[in-house]
Amino acid sequence: MAQMTMIQAITDALHCELKDDENVLVFGEDVGVNGGVFRATEGLQKEFGKDRVFDTPLAESGIGGLAIGLALQGFRPVPEIQFFGFVYEVMDSICGQLARMRYRSGGSLGAPVTIRSPFGGGVHTPEMHSDSLEGLVASQPGLKVVVPSTPYDAKGLLISSIRDNDPVVFLEHLKLYRSFREEVPEESYTIPLGKADVKREGKDISIFAYGAMVHESLKAAEALEKENYSVEVVDLRTIQPLDIETIIASVEKTGRAIVVQEAQKQAGIAANVVSEITERAILSLEAPVLRVTAPDTVYPFPQAEAVWLPNSKDIIATAKKVLEF
Amino acid sequence: MVSKKIQQFDPVANLQEIEEKFEMFQILNEEGEIVNQEVDLQLSDDQLVELMSRMVFTRILDQRSISLNRQGRLGFYAPTAGQEASQIASHYALEKEDYILPGYRDVPQIVWHGLPLWKVFLWSRGHFVGGQIPEDVNVLSPQIIIGAQYVQTAGVALGIQKRGKKAVAVAYTGDGGSSQGDFYEGINFAGAFRSPAIFIVQNNQYAISTPRELQTAASTIAQKGIAAGIPSIQVDGMDPLAVYVATRDARRRAITGDGPSLIETVCYRYGPHTMAGDDPTRYRTSETDSKWEKKDPIVRFRKFLVAKGLWNEEKETEVIAKAKEEIKVAIKKADETPKQKVTDLIRNMNDGDLPYNLQEQFEIYAEKESK
Repeated sequence: MAQMTMIQAITDALHCELKDDENVLVFGEDVGVNGGVFRATEGLQKEFGKDRVFDTPLAESGIGGLAIGLALQGFRPVPEIQFFGFVYEVMDSICGQLARMRYRSGGSLGAPVTIRSPFGGGVHTPEMHSDSLEGLVASQPGLKVVVPSTPYDAKGLLISSIRDNDPVVFLEHLKLYRSFREEVPEESYTIPLGKADVKREGKDISIFAYGAMVHESLKAAEALEKENYSVEVVDLRTIQPLDIETIIASVEKTGRAIVVQEAQKQAGIAANVVSEITERAILSLEAPVLRVTAPDTVYPFPQAEAVWLPNSKDIIATAKKVLEF
Repeated sequence: MVSKKIQQFDPVANLQEIEEKFEMFQILNEEGEIVNQEVDLQLSDDQLVELMSRMVFTRILDQRSISLNRQGRLGFYAPTAGQEASQIASHYALEKEDYILPGYRDVPQIVWHGLPLWKVFLWSRGHFVGGQIPEDVNVLSPQIIIGAQYVQTAGVALGIQKRGKKAVAVAYTGDGGSSQGDFYEGINFAGAFRSPAIFIVQNNQYAISTPRELQTAASTIAQKGIAAGIPSIQVDGMDPLAVYVATRDARRRAITGDGPSLIETVCYRYGPHTMAGDDPTRYRTSETDSKWEKKDPIVRFRKFLVAKGLWNEEKETEVIAKAKEEIKVAIKKADETPKQKVTDLIRNMNDGDLPYNLQEQFEIYAEKESK
């Protein structure tokens, strides 16, 4: 076991898969010599060569098309979109093409592509670098969407994503890249897609979150514990498809729930979780299910970021509303 | 030091010079005469006859498809008449191991590449079996998004290169498609990786109703390849021999490691954009139509072959009869395919087990469809 940051765990996962499967290719803008702008692909070109780890011209749609074409030749492409805010440039390749390949071909062609991309706020980026756009891709049938919150999960989920025979969008929260280390096995291991993880058990309320908000939720849970509330924190990990069993089991146990997302409130993942809970577990509920989200503005300029982003205080306040309902 | 006056670079003259160099490549003129004797065709008499047969077959397929569409027996259809040289003669230069990424008008090429006709009819009707590609047929279903196949072609070509195969990836689009960002990204990527790709822009003069002149200030579409650093040529797209030779040479360059090429075929579609209500009289004059009809690829190729003693009416009648019969058989096979179900579509959403949402929906539709 080694202590790894999330970015190291991601590099390690890519390393494992490049080593295990000669069809795995890693490419994108600056992923070669430079090792990626966040060093996610550090050292990989040197070890596996330019044929398997390579830089592309600067064009996201081109990268998406390249991934599709390589998949059609039997490769398992792992392209990087440098920042997920640039996804608009490649929306047709992802949603119009990749996600539909199996469906369009009547099941005869698969597209085992894993699109890795950093996203998320709190690090004072220029515009279009921090937006939480997971909802865009989660609304496209044919895509799985994964958002890890820990180094251990990141490695196991990324390996599963690469091995999946269908396209996966794998979103890496910028703020979590180097925020902490944890024990990560050096050997290859998988964590199944579509499975949530109970990060903290509790009896009084369930908090559902993903990405950086898992950590804000855990902070909130600790604070609430001091007020004698037993809080369960469920990390969704895969936001499409959701792990309905774990979500419902948790709600049935606690009878109260809130859903936390860094994204704006409108048409989001949290809304989907709330709908699933009300459709499936309304009789277990002691209170309405509330959401903690960012406001429905465009992602803010950096100077307003700290207030705009949901945090543990917002989560505590909303959780109390539900607990005291 | 003797100062030497350096002539100032003249960007206007430079552009003019480049554009003038893009002369349209032609071998066979409208009268069916060889006008370019220097070109070595390397086509046997049998091959010439086969190419003609395919073009005639394709014209019949177009006529029958239009009437089947009018009878409600076909769905989406984009007419191909006028483009036989552009489509069939370019395809004739390809090999089975080559991979075709067609646009929605490029059905004939994928049929000649091995996709069964009955599947193409099912695709037109909107049946999922029509999209199922047999393992030994290297094609995608016709692309609906204009130009999306450019970037995918760069990917297939890179894959072919990485696999060390002697093959090419071929994109077919139209003049309108060459205005898309994906056109530039696709040719640029293939150029940067020096991948074995051929990008065939069939300039049929109109993107639905928008004339070629409104698409770009460039005097040829071919010259756009220069910016991507790839060999590019404009050919008479009504001349099967010119199209064939340009594609064959592009393929040779590609498989010997010399990278991608761009081919602009200057052609014309006689029919509407699609059978879904387009009326070409709103944007084209009958004078324009008849000017292009005089250039007809089948007429000129027939003249050429008849003069060589390789073609006659009897032969043509035979091909037409064969085409009609094959189309009849294919339609019958399409008719016999079981109706598709929503559960089939759900099943095709992913490999392996269905996720909970689709599993639940599968059960709901299985129940509905069992009634």
